[in-house]
Amino acid sequence: MSETMQCSEAVRQLWDYLDHAVSPEDHEKVEQHLSFCRRCCGELEFAKEIRGFLASKEAEEIPPNVKARLQRFAADL
Amino acid sequence: MIEVGDRTKESFQRLAAAELPGLYSLARRLVRDGAEDLVQEALLRAYRSFGTLKEDPAAGRWLKRILVNVFRDELRRRARSVEEVPVEQVEDFSLYRTLVEQDPLPYSDTLHHDFLRAFAREDVREVLMRLPEIYRAPLVLRYMDGFATKEIARMLDAPLGTILARLHRGRQRFERELWTYAQETGLLLKGAMG
Repeated sequence: MSETMQCSEAVRQLWDYLDHAVSPEDHEKVEQHLSFCRRCCGELEFAKEIRGFLASKEAEEIPPNVKARLQRFAADL
Repeated sequence: MIEVGDRTKESFQRLAAAELPGLYSLARRLVRDGAEDLVQEALLRAYRSFGTLKEDPAAGRWLKRILVNVFRDELRRRARSVEEVPVEQVEDFSLYRTLVEQDPLPYSDTLHHDFLRAFAREDVREVLMRLPEIYRAPLVLRYMDGFATKEIARMLDAPLGTILARLHRGRQRFERELWTYAQETGLLLKGAMG
């Protein structure tokens, strides 16, 4: 049986876990930990929410004067 | 997606016009000042190697990669060294736990969700700008622009392990700065009153 993971280590690995960037052994340990730790499940849901939050920050509008300058720049190349 | 077609100056201009919003937005996430200069330099480099662009559907990503290369070279030119902190020395900070313990929105039933909702786009940009560039860039490229970690390593010309460590550190710093920024600016009070 694999060694039990502590909360601090599980939390440290959550984003990598969501990114599929942990080893198969650590993936299993994180899953095992999440199966009984309610607080870390909360941490996991919040990590997902922050990722969605970052991805959802819509692209900034380009000011018309900046766009016009850059288009002129491209035209003058 | 724009049809680039043959590699003429006109087709480059069409491509540039279509991709300018995305390029400018990425530049604004990478640098506090000088986003326009960054885009300009990227356009110049892109035009010089326009002939090497193989597939039209990839043109937008191709331009963004060039912009990141310009950003990387600019960082190197300034040679500002930021001391990298090894992952094992990163002090653990949990925004999730901090919110539970400090309970800054006592009337909220969805505390964590409402905390994030208080941040407008400009607030998020300001928080990102508080991070050292070496941590900010991987975070922006991975989670806002959706680049794969390996591609980020190639663009920033750094080993994959280094990028993974910077992402880890960057996420920690980002969460901490969200909390600090909210406190310093009274963001949650504004949200509660608005």
